[in-house]
This record gives sequence, C-alpha cells and structure tokens, in this order.
Amino acid sequence: MSVVFYLVAALTIAGGLAAVLLKNLVHAALAVTVAFLGLALLFLSLDAQFAGFAQILVYIGAVAILIVFAILLTRGSDLPKDGVFSRTWLIGLAIAAAVFSVLGWAVLRSGPVLPNQSAVPTVTVHDIGVALVRRYVLPLEIVALLLTAATIGAVIVAMHEKGGSQ
Amino acid sequence: MIDKMDQVFVLLQHWLVSFLPANLQAFAAVLLSVIVIVLLFPALFALTTVFERKGLGRIQNRLGPNRVGPFGFFQPVADGIKSLTKEDIVPSSANAPVHFLAPIVLVVAVFMGFAVLPMGRNMVLVDMDAGLLFYFAMGASTEVSVFMAGWSSRNKYSLLGAMRAVAQMISYEVVLLLSSVSVVMIAGSLSLPKIVEAQNQYTWGLPHWYIFTPWGLAGFVMYAIAATAETNRSPFDLPEGESELVAGYHTEYSGFKFALFFLGEYLAMFSISGLGTTLFLGGWSAPFSALTWIPSWIWFFSKLMLSIFVFIWMRGTLPRLRQDQLMNFAWKFVLPFTLLNLMVTALWRFMGEGWERWVVCTAILGVVWVVMGRIEMRSEHFGPRSYRYAE
Repeated sequence: MSVVFYLVAALTIAGGLAAVLLKNLVHAALAVTVAFLGLALLFLSLDAQFAGFAQILVYIGAVAILIVFAILLTRGSDLPKDGVFSRTWLIGLAIAAAVFSVLGWAVLRSGPVLPNQSAVPTVTVHDIGVALVRRYVLPLEIVALLLTAATIGAVIVAMHEKGGSQ
Repeated sequence: MIDKMDQVFVLLQHWLVSFLPANLQAFAAVLLSVIVIVLLFPALFALTTVFERKGLGRIQNRLGPNRVGPFGFFQPVADGIKSLTKEDIVPSSANAPVHFLAPIVLVVAVFMGFAVLPMGRNMVLVDMDAGLLFYFAMGASTEVSVFMAGWSSRNKYSLLGAMRAVAQMISYEVVLLLSSVSVVMIAGSLSLPKIVEAQNQYTWGLPHWYIFTPWGLAGFVMYAIAATAETNRSPFDLPEGESELVAGYHTEYSGFKFALFFLGEYLAMFSISGLGTTLFLGGWSAPFSALTWIPSWIWFFSKLMLSIFVFIWMRGTLPRLRQDQLMNFAWKFVLPFTLLNLMVTALWRFMGEGWERWVVCTAILGVVWVVMGRIEMRSEHFGPRSYRYAE
C-alpha cells in the first residue's frame, strides 16, 4: 500500500509541477493530464472505483481534451516570447498556499472528530447509484437542469446571428 | 467432458500456476492471463488484416494479397518484418517526446480495455464491480493519444486529422455511453460478467439476449453506429481521409510506430466488438439452449469475428461521409434517438412482464424512427451533384 501510494503521489505531484513550470502550453496541458491520472490512481488505491473511473472518464476524456481544444482554437500552440508566466505569480502562490493550508488544517483536525471506524466500509457502485437516485435525487436533478441551461446558453452564444435585424 | 472443454483455459491456468509456491500463485495467475491477452489479440489482428484485405479484394472484384505463403496468409509476417526494419523517421520540427509517447499511450489504453471483457465462462481478467465504467474510462484515454500524435507531428494534415478524430470520438462517445446505459438499467449492474449472466437464460430454447428486445435492438443499432465512428472505421473514417489528409494523425509516423497505430486501431475494433457482444449479443452464451455444449469461449470469439466481418463488409460497401454530415448525424439523429431509447427502456422496466410492453415499446421506437428520418431527410435534395469550385 505505502509503496504504491508514494509512487502515485510522486507521479501526481510531478504532473502538477510540470503543468505549472513547463513553457509550452500543450506540454502543460498533457502534464495536467498526468496529474489527473495520478489522482485517479489514488482514488483507486483507496478502493473507490467509481470516483477513480469517473475521474479518468471526465477529466482525461473530457476536461483535458477541452483544455487542448481551447489552446489550439484560441492562439495556436506557439508560445509567446516573454514566456507564459503571469506577473502576479507571487500573489497566486500566496492564495494557493492559503487554500492548501486551510484544507490541510481541516483534514488534520477532522480525524479525531469522526467516529473511529475499525473496518473499512465497502461501498459498491450499486450503493452509490441507489444513493444518487433516492436520497440525493434533488441535487442530481438540479445539477442536470443547470447543465442543460449551460448547454443551451453555449448554443445561443455560438449561434450565427441571422440577418442582423436587431 | 463438456465442462472440461468449457473451462479448458481456466484449468490450464490453474495447473500451470500450481507448480509455483503458494505466495506467488495469485500474481502468476494474473501475469499468465495478461500474457495470453497481449499475445492473442495481436495474433488475431494479424489474421484479421489478411481477411480484411482478401475480403475487400473480393468485394472490389480483385484478388487481394496472394504472394506470401499459401493463399497469401503469411502476408502479416512480411508486413511485420517490413515495419520492424523500416527506418523510423521523426520530422526535425516534431515534438520528439510527445511524438514518441503517442503510439505507446494508444496501445496501452486500448489493451487495458480487454481486462474487463468476459471471454468465456469464468474467463475474465478482473471481475470489477464497475467494469463498464472502467472500459469507457480507458476508451476516453485514447483520445488524448490521438491528439498527442497529431499535434506533435507539426504537420497541418496531422493536426487536422487529429482534430477531426477527437471531435468525432467525443461526439459518438456520448452515444456509446448512453446506449450502454439502457443495458445497465435492465441488468442492474455495471459488472460485465453479471450482464452476461443476466442474458444467459433460455425460453423455449431461445436466449434472453438484449438484442431480441425492442429497446435492445434500437440500442444495438445505435451502439454499432457509435462503435464504428469511435474506431474511425469506414464510413466514418474521415480522420484518415486519404484524398484530403494523406493519412490523418499518423501521417508523420513510419516503421514500427505506424504499426503500433495500426495495431491500436484494430485492437480498439476487437475490444469494442467484444463489448458490444457482451452488452447486446449475450457475450459467451450460446444462441440456442441445444448448443450450450459448445464451449463458451468459442461463442464469444465467433461473435467477435462476426462483428469484425461486418466492419469489413461495411468498409467495402459504404462511401465516406462528409464532416458536416457526420456531425449532423451524431447530434440530430443518433443522440436524440438514443435518449428516447433510454426512456423506452425505463418504460419497459416498469411495465412488467407481459405482451403489452412489447407492443408499446416497438410502436414508440418504430414511429419515432420513421418520423425522425422523414423530417430530417425533408430538406435533402437528391440529384446530380453540384460543385462549387471544381466545375
């Protein structure tokens, strides 16, 4: 367990660092994909099959491709002469560090509060499905509605304005 | 005896593994299965290339390969030696690391899909609770490799081919997923062996395959269309349209790297046919209860090769679509129909046993199929083709 964990963690962190540090935008996008894969493997090593596969399906299959399309369709893969680093990277670093410390603090403090579970609960995909359509059906439907609205909005934005009568 | 034949590979694996010390046995069993998968499907690929070229030759009224070995059956050996000894050319402006990684990522991702396919009774490498999800997760990863190949070649034809391929794969992946969801709704499981078990029952000697239900037939047709598009096979092979794009995203690959792309394409075809077989055609179960004495793995691979034959047949018969036709077809016909099929499946599930659900579901699907087809073909005018620039 621990060897696998350290290997996967190293892969994830390397992917994340490469995504930030690489100069070439497409390389950075591919490095993000590696980080996503590392996260999925972490989920899998925790025996969370659904989360792991959904991570691969959504993040590598859709989000990474979306990022790549956005890069290629906006300004080409040619890199600007002055590099791709923002001038406000120091502030960004500070904000990231703050978010990380809050999250880390919350995770570390939550340990003693939770009831001490001796056995690892076995959650099958079936259980997740049942929970989604029984207990959490309202949030699920709200998300579905929101996504449909977003899709329609995207279509309206992308639609040709016919005639120009308005 | 019949049981022994059915389980011959499982028994063979157990026998081979039993020579090892106990703590290595589980690992060795997995390793053995992986080796068999990694050897078997490329061998099948070699065989399929001969059949494809000979089959296409027959369709196109010519002979096909007939020089190497008896009836040209050693052609893949010659092809393999050729691609191994060919110079590996990497364009000087190519992005070398990504260019190198792309074919490897493709082949690895495609091979992973075989891990969850049940190829016979008890013959599945990993019986995962979320097997179907795993399969689609691996399928989604191939898109990244296609993009990597196209972008890193620094060739506009490669990039155009890759963009076409990725756009097409994303569009049809939605259909592929949604048409499989209806099977999951009825079977009540994402585990592929469980889905096969659910279909492995007989009434009056006939199997309960999902293709023999109205929603299953509609779902299978949609799945087959999406699978053809997903594997970039004709008539959806625009990403490698020779006349306009040379060879699409693998234009700049030569030698063994090209062979890997070729292998990846055929392996994707095998695995997607295997999944279609598992979901709709009853996997390894026999088509009649009287034929259950034939080993289950023979049934699985027969159905697989039958699907491959249909792929080849379609390639020899249908002309290639245009990009706008491809996208319109995906988003305006196939996707709405698949969504409707999902609702019909739910209706089927809740109407319970009886003949009513057969009539109602068939009627809904049939009427919508005809009406949607009529409406969408209304604006099409068939006549002599007009050219804008090439007159």
